[in-house]
Amino acid sequence: MLPELGHFALILALLLAALQAFFGIAGASASRERWMAAVIPAVAGQAVMVGTAVACLIAAFVSDDFSVNYVAENSNSALPLFYRVTALWGAHEGSLLLWILLLALWTVAVAIGSGRLPARFAARVLGVLGVVSFGFLLFTLATSNPFVRLDPPAPDGRDLNPILQDPGLAVHPPVLYTGYVGFAVAFAFACAAMLEGRLDQQWARWTRPWTTVAWSFLTCGIALGSFWAYYELGWGGFWFWDPVENASFMPWLVGTALVHSLAVTDKRGLFKSWTLLLAILAFSLSMLGTFLVRSGVLVSVHSFAADPMRGIFILAFLVVMIGGALTLYAWRAPLLKSAAGFELGARESFLLFNNVLLVIAAATVFAGTLAPLISDALGLGTLSVGPPYFNPTFLVSMLPLLALLSVGIHANWKRGRLKDSERTLLLSFVAAAVLGCGLALGVWAGGGLLGALGATLGVWIALSSLVDPIDRWRRGLSLPRAVLGMTVAHLGVALMVVALTTVQSFTVERDVALAADGSARVGDYEFRFAGVQPVEGPNYSGVGATVVVMRHGSQVAVLRPQKRQYWVQRQVTSETAITMHRGNNLLLALGDDLGAGRWSLRVQIRPLVSLVWLAAFIMALGGALAASDRRYHVAQAAQRAAADALGEPAR
Amino acid sequence: MNRFLLPLGAFLLLAVVLAIGIKHSPEKGVIASPLVGRPAPQFSLPALSDPARQVRSADLKGHWYLFNVWGTWCAECRAEHPVLLKVQRAGIVPLIGLDWKDDNAQAREWLAQLGNPYETVAVDASGRAAIEWGVYGAPETFLVNPQGIVVYKHVGALTDDTWAREILPRVSAVAAGS
Repeated sequence: MLPELGHFALILALLLAALQAFFGIAGASASRERWMAAVIPAVAGQAVMVGTAVACLIAAFVSDDFSVNYVAENSNSALPLFYRVTALWGAHEGSLLLWILLLALWTVAVAIGSGRLPARFAARVLGVLGVVSFGFLLFTLATSNPFVRLDPPAPDGRDLNPILQDPGLAVHPPVLYTGYVGFAVAFAFACAAMLEGRLDQQWARWTRPWTTVAWSFLTCGIALGSFWAYYELGWGGFWFWDPVENASFMPWLVGTALVHSLAVTDKRGLFKSWTLLLAILAFSLSMLGTFLVRSGVLVSVHSFAADPMRGIFILAFLVVMIGGALTLYAWRAPLLKSAAGFELGARESFLLFNNVLLVIAAATVFAGTLAPLISDALGLGTLSVGPPYFNPTFLVSMLPLLALLSVGIHANWKRGRLKDSERTLLLSFVAAAVLGCGLALGVWAGGGLLGALGATLGVWIALSSLVDPIDRWRRGLSLPRAVLGMTVAHLGVALMVVALTTVQSFTVERDVALAADGSARVGDYEFRFAGVQPVEGPNYSGVGATVVVMRHGSQVAVLRPQKRQYWVQRQVTSETAITMHRGNNLLLALGDDLGAGRWSLRVQIRPLVSLVWLAAFIMALGGALAASDRRYHVAQAAQRAAADALGEPAR
Repeated sequence: MNRFLLPLGAFLLLAVVLAIGIKHSPEKGVIASPLVGRPAPQFSLPALSDPARQVRSADLKGHWYLFNVWGTWCAECRAEHPVLLKVQRAGIVPLIGLDWKDDNAQAREWLAQLGNPYETVAVDASGRAAIEWGVYGAPETFLVNPQGIVVYKHVGALTDDTWAREILPRVSAVAAGS
């Protein structure tokens, strides 16, 4: 009964999404107050219906209802309760439902916050979000219904993919999707502004906090995914330029550009058409990611089961949504004129460079990701693009971006007189060069050019970011959250640069074959293999090794990597053992049984690798701080009053 | 020329590439099996029609066969069934079924209701044989040549397209050559 209720709730949600879209967009165009008044109830009703559908599916998982196909394929009676809940988004249909749920929650948040917006504009924003939600609900109901019954029911389920049986699964997809879906809000604001034809800088200010929050979630989601791949999958790295990783990274790069470009449009009324385009692009790339993962056009570790029908549906939806938005853009953008100019050395120029370089970076990732597809479409055969392409091309756009970041922070709005800050600029650079090279040569000798360059750039960005807050503090000025957030995020960037270049330059990796009580020396560490024992889990069995890690004769850690075989899916996974010691990340993966008590072990020593994820979280924290600035709320209330005043007839 | 039309043009071009990508995608959705190019696993299992009789892999040597893994609990197998019946009517390659972790009575009822496309059905109640074939989930289909070598594996429901594009050419090319 419950699965049918969930299915029915989804159909009702589809109808409510249609109403929300129609009353929002048509109501605003026809200036019908009563139509627009129906939008908020439609939003609330849709959220309740989607919530009901999700609850029904979770109930089916928890109660082991193997008459539901999706449950039978992704759960098992031996699966622990926690994973039975997270199995909800373990495969295509359920993760789509999660997408829809998050969109409904974002829409509710926008509806609550829309009290500060002019009524027509708010109706249009919610209307556009209704169109997005309608498309995804229709997609789910037409091609990917998670409530399909099995007749007769399966005696037991096929179990959740063992790779996904990890706490990381519980967190990574929802956080990542919250970021993806959040860009729908920026997209909806941009479309509403274009529909309205009022493309002043107001829409940019209204959009800023939403976009920054979405960006923070996306940053966290990508970092969690990278951490999860490292820790659970034991892939021995934190970034692989896998098509689906790229699919999340492209919207991040464009979203980063958007966050900066919105600042310019908000503060100075410039880059208006560019900001609109970026808002459309960021969400388009999120949708493209959905397409790539679910259509089976690209081969990736993240692929869901290939289904060309789904691909055709999403593609049609992409053409309607993105094609529609870009048509609107081609129609409206020519009407825009920038209110003011700026000088070459002004902060605007640096943010323009920032945007161009970030978009170039996204374009190179895009080209590399789609190259296999294009080569295949043109009949040129199968092409494989990997790190040898991505690493250098990405570096080419990132290095100037980072250098310009350090200079740009010192620049003023509008005026191009860098002279005012010339001394600080020079001082910070010299200090950074000395410190950076000193670090690279002294502490970690042998890092080469990349190590020295990374350390210098990182220190330079950190020092430059601190100039403004320190200056404000010395002059006794307050530090608004927006500035604090920006500083924190840029410090995160600095840390990321140092961490990434250090890891790249100093990683040691070795495969060793050890008999019981044998030992191997890798770097400064000695690994003593104490042998393997069988292990039993609730739904798997396997072997676990015990390895004692020593450094200079004293014990550092005991690592227990495992190899597990899951009973139902017969899949073998490697549980790596990881420990931190003095900033070094030691990773141990159990390889194959070589016979006669000998096992192969893969040892990796990565200095500072955990700082990569820490840096990403610091960046996300900066975003969250900036988005919480009071300015947006106060300013929005004031603008609402101004907009209402404008709406009244002149006396 | 309105330069603001450029993004739209670029996007439409991309949509065309993606559409071509979808057209080519089914052959990419195939999960490569380490078994392809290697001898098919040996088995000796009771027949569904008569549990006293054994179906032996050794007896299958000397001609082509399609090894189809199915179960009455498997939803996709029901969707695949009409295609299997067509394959049987074509009479080019016999189908050998592996009834995987299933109830015998239900399986017989299934074949009586939907039609029996199989020359023989072997019963794999414990799931051991499926493990040896590296089955990830039903339905899966393996094409085995007269020398007992697996030459092709299809994951998921067999379609008319897969039959025409992947299986038929492999069988007829060799038949024409010999």
